Amino acid sequence: MGVSLSKAAQWTTFSPDASKLKSTPTNEALLKEILTFVEQIGSQHPQEADFTFEAPLQWRTTVVTSDLKSDYHIRDSTAWSHETDSREAPPLLTPFTVRVRSLGQLSMLIQAAEDKKLEEVQACLEGNRDFLVKILGPRIASQLLEDGAYADVESLKEDVKDEASEIKARLVALLQNTDTRILRKLLRDFSDAQYDPDFMKVEMDFLQFCSEGDDRLLKSVRYTSDFEFWNGCRAPPWRQAQGEICYVVIESVDTGSLNVTCCTAGVFLNGVGGPGALFISNSRKEFILNSAAGVTLWLLLFHTYIMYIHSVTCRLRDCCSFRKTSSKATLAELSSETSSESEEEEERPEHQPESDFYLSSEFLQIKKLVKYLKKGDQKVTLLMLCCMLDLDLTQDSCNLAIRDEGGLQFLLNLLDTNEDKCKIGALKILIRMSRCVPIQRSMEDMLGVRSLVNNLDSEVTKVKALAAETIANVANFPRARRTVRQSGGIEKLIKLLDCFLKSQKKSDHLENMEAARCGALALWSCSRSTKNKKAICSAGGIPLLGCLLTSSLESMLIPVVGTLQECASEESSRITIQSKDIIKNLVKNLRSNCTDLQIQCSMALFKCAEDTETRDLVRKYKGLKPLVELLNNTNNKELLAAATGAIWKCSISIENVLIFQNDKVLESLAGLLTAQPEEVLINVAGALTEFLQVPANKAVIRKCDGIKPMIQLLLSTNQALLVNVTKAISACATDRENMKIIDELDGISLLWSLLQNPNPEVQASAAWAICPCIGNSKDAMRTVLSFQGFGRIPDLLMSTNNEVLASICAVIAKLAKYKNILATLTDLGIVSLLTKLTNTKDDRLRHHLSDAICHCCQFANNTAAFGEAGAVEPLVRYMKSEDILVRQSATMALFQLSWDPNNNLTMLSRGAVKVSCV
Amino acid sequence: MSSSANKKAIQALAETISKKVEHFNKKEVECLIWRFNALLEAQKHSDGSVSGLDRNQFKVVLHNLFEMTDDFIMDRVFRIFDKDNDGFVTVEEWIQGLSVHFWGTLDEQKRYCFHMYDLKGSGFITRDDIFLLLKDSFHLRLEEEGREDDYQDEQDEINELMEIVLKKMDHDKDGRLSFQDFEKSVKKEELLLEAFGSCLPNFRKKFEQQVLEKQQDE
Repeated sequence: MGVSLSKAAQWTTFSPDASKLKSTPTNEALLKEILTFVEQIGSQHPQEADFTFEAPLQWRTTVVTSDLKSDYHIRDSTAWSHETDSREAPPLLTPFTVRVRSLGQLSMLIQAAEDKKLEEVQACLEGNRDFLVKILGPRIASQLLEDGAYADVESLKEDVKDEASEIKARLVALLQNTDTRILRKLLRDFSDAQYDPDFMKVEMDFLQFCSEGDDRLLKSVRYTSDFEFWNGCRAPPWRQAQGEICYVVIESVDTGSLNVTCCTAGVFLNGVGGPGALFISNSRKEFILNSAAGVTLWLLLFHTYIMYIHSVTCRLRDCCSFRKTSSKATLAELSSETSSESEEEEERPEHQPESDFYLSSEFLQIKKLVKYLKKGDQKVTLLMLCCMLDLDLTQDSCNLAIRDEGGLQFLLNLLDTNEDKCKIGALKILIRMSRCVPIQRSMEDMLGVRSLVNNLDSEVTKVKALAAETIANVANFPRARRTVRQSGGIEKLIKLLDCFLKSQKKSDHLENMEAARCGALALWSCSRSTKNKKAICSAGGIPLLGCLLTSSLESMLIPVVGTLQECASEESSRITIQSKDIIKNLVKNLRSNCTDLQIQCSMALFKCAEDTETRDLVRKYKGLKPLVELLNNTNNKELLAAATGAIWKCSISIENVLIFQNDKVLESLAGLLTAQPEEVLINVAGALTEFLQVPANKAVIRKCDGIKPMIQLLLSTNQALLVNVTKAISACATDRENMKIIDELDGISLLWSLLQNPNPEVQASAAWAICPCIGNSKDAMRTVLSFQGFGRIPDLLMSTNNEVLASICAVIAKLAKYKNILATLTDLGIVSLLTKLTNTKDDRLRHHLSDAICHCCQFANNTAAFGEAGAVEPLVRYMKSEDILVRQSATMALFQLSWDPNNNLTMLSRGAVKVSCV
Repeated sequence: MSSSANKKAIQALAETISKKVEHFNKKEVECLIWRFNALLEAQKHSDGSVSGLDRNQFKVVLHNLFEMTDDFIMDRVFRIFDKDNDGFVTVEEWIQGLSVHFWGTLDEQKRYCFHMYDLKGSGFITRDDIFLLLKDSFHLRLEEEGREDDYQDEQDEINELMEIVLKKMDHDKDGRLSFQDFEKSVKKEELLLEAFGSCLPNFRKKFEQQVLEKQQDE
């Protein structure tokens, strides 16, 4: 009974000294159970009932002597028990206080209380929180409590020799059994209970109480939402309809956080997904169960645990043996995977099917089919497979039901047999099931991906094709893609392509083509992982894919180009792609009628055209024109994004820009600067930057009103877009006429405010854009002075990014031409900041830094200040740089510094004269 | 192995037979005759001279060449090969049977399989036929436990299974499968061609290598 009392009972927490049992349904049930136990003990276990306690139980009672029957000696208002032996015992009952020395006495006394029995039991428990100690003595009691209800009774029996102790041991066992029984019953009551928001609030209050103070058990407990609806729920209304009340994040002190959903049916742990998750959450829960003494927390988690066990039992039943042995390994794998492949996505929690699905005829049908699928011989299995194909496998609930009934495991097991017909049937079902995300994960968990890969070697071409298509679906998430690679799947898939290309017989041609198509699909899915891209490339997949490009079948071309496109983000693969005739075919397919194919081709060109050779090849094969034509598809944003991307990269070569301009692409691009999704805008801005490198285009952009929308884009929040737009504006601003428009639109202050952006790339490109603006604007000084944002400059000079530093140095060099600004900058201490940077080895930074120093020297005694800070010596070293720009600007800086005689001394001692003469 | 006269006789036979069957050319027919004679030779050891392969020998062939295991189905295959019902498969029956069995078009195979499952030759696959065809599927378990209750369960299960199958394949809902029903189901899902037991060769390539190509080398 100790455990049920210490852990299940809900004590009031506010005043520990006078702790009372709260009047909750749980406690009431608990008290009733204990009462039944006490009432029956006299008749059922007479020996144990007579056992004398180590110390009497004592509490304030409402029973008076007149309630007692004849079994007591009664004198005034004090009573003694008959059973007390000859020695002078303390009285059993004095007014308002009772002392009980055995369970028998307790039983009789409580019976005397008649209609106040429950109150009496409650008072007894409240008065004797340590009743186990009093009954059994401290040693056994602590053993009982610490080890849970399972202290070793046998050893206890051996420990004690005499008869009294044997009874004691029996009593211990009795108490334990009762304890377990009560706990079990309480938990059963709980499972039936319906929670309401008020109850949850009480639980949360207690949990929050646990997370306070120094020796707290929990780091934090919080709701995910601060908003509370009128009915006390915090879940959104459409989830409330499902019975959900609120979501809670519990962070324990030394393990991670638990996400918990509270709903009317109970409290659930979120994200119980694959075996890894299962293991982790399992161990976490045990940990908390052991470490947490908080009653409510214990209950909450124990309840969660029970519910959780219930929900996974059916899944465990299917693959129990496997998971038990591999859960540890999976955990290790899982953690290594997250570190090795950075693209690992969050494991999403899966949705359980709606509960009424389990009552539907469809579910019964599934149950029947899976039963016979497993039971019958291969004849029946094949029949059942055909019947299962009639199920609506697009529904998640159907798929999950098949899995939970053990059907998925069976289907995967079929893959390891020699029955080709059954394999084909199973694969046909698996292809459809594998479109459902939770099933993909389950298939990987059940080692299904390995089996699929093994079937890629099958003698039957159809099996190969179906297996490849299933892999294409399953390899939707990183863990599966890794398994495909590790079990040699990439090589086998590439072999499928090879088989098709080498197949001679006409009769097999169609089948082989289908297999190659599925192989390409699977490769496409797999190529989303970086390591797989490399694997495809090193297994010689690219040339084969290139050969397949000559096909005229769209369903073949899309996955082939898709794979090439994915692989093209690896530099090593790009070289292979260029060296083959692949570019030629990509260009050819740009004119296809199929939009998906056009998208993939454009994306492939976008990635490949990073290299000069590719850009030349695209021009050679007349690929620029079709790209321009794609710009007319303004409705398909995906296509538009891909096409503008390809144009951007191709326009990095000036020759291409000139050809593009024949078609007035700049005008079309400028038109795309408004009302387009960010993906398109990024590419358009990038392309504009390249176009504007041609001087003539600077006037064109002004004429077609492209500047205004660009300036407006500076208000965007997309970092990549900001980088490209600032670059485009920077290219614009080198033209004085354009600058007028930028000034009118207050472009400089917008650019200046971008220096506040946390992204160093944005900072740098904004600073670079500011440089030409200052140079070309008549009003620049006024503008810059008017917003007084120089405070940012010293901060940026402390950046760790060389590009940011160089750009800011360039800005300083431009600003320093204005005397009053230079004065402000000097006050901000840029002399020492610039000097600190002089140790850099980056030539670009050295160039702009020397420039900045050179211009800053023209104010007051900055020349001497630089000398004192030690800027001269490094500048002399710059003279040895191989970069002529560095040498040039360093010379200029040294010239300015030489106005101070002390600096001349330093220069001389460091050999500047010698270096200069060389 | 044989004299040149024998060889000539076989070539002549092949000539005549290859005109009657569709899917084999003359060379292939010749190979099949060689193989048939070899099998006949092996059979002669046990009993006297016969005109064709008897049931047992034929089943052995089916097992070895096509890896068929189901005794019931092999019996049915023998019945279909043995067109004149004399208990022996002659060389002509052998080649004609194989031509459908092995290279038949989908239509021919549909007819072949339907015929195979139509146990009583009534033109329909009836409930009784299906029962007989499927009853062995649970047989193993029955022997293991061998109790009356289980037997009843078994019957119920087979009945339930039959309902599932009929629901899927009996399109005109008359409680039996006509050829049209069968054809329609197979059209929808090719795997249903051998719905009630595998009766077509699993390993075409293996057969090709063992019988056709290897013999051509000789």
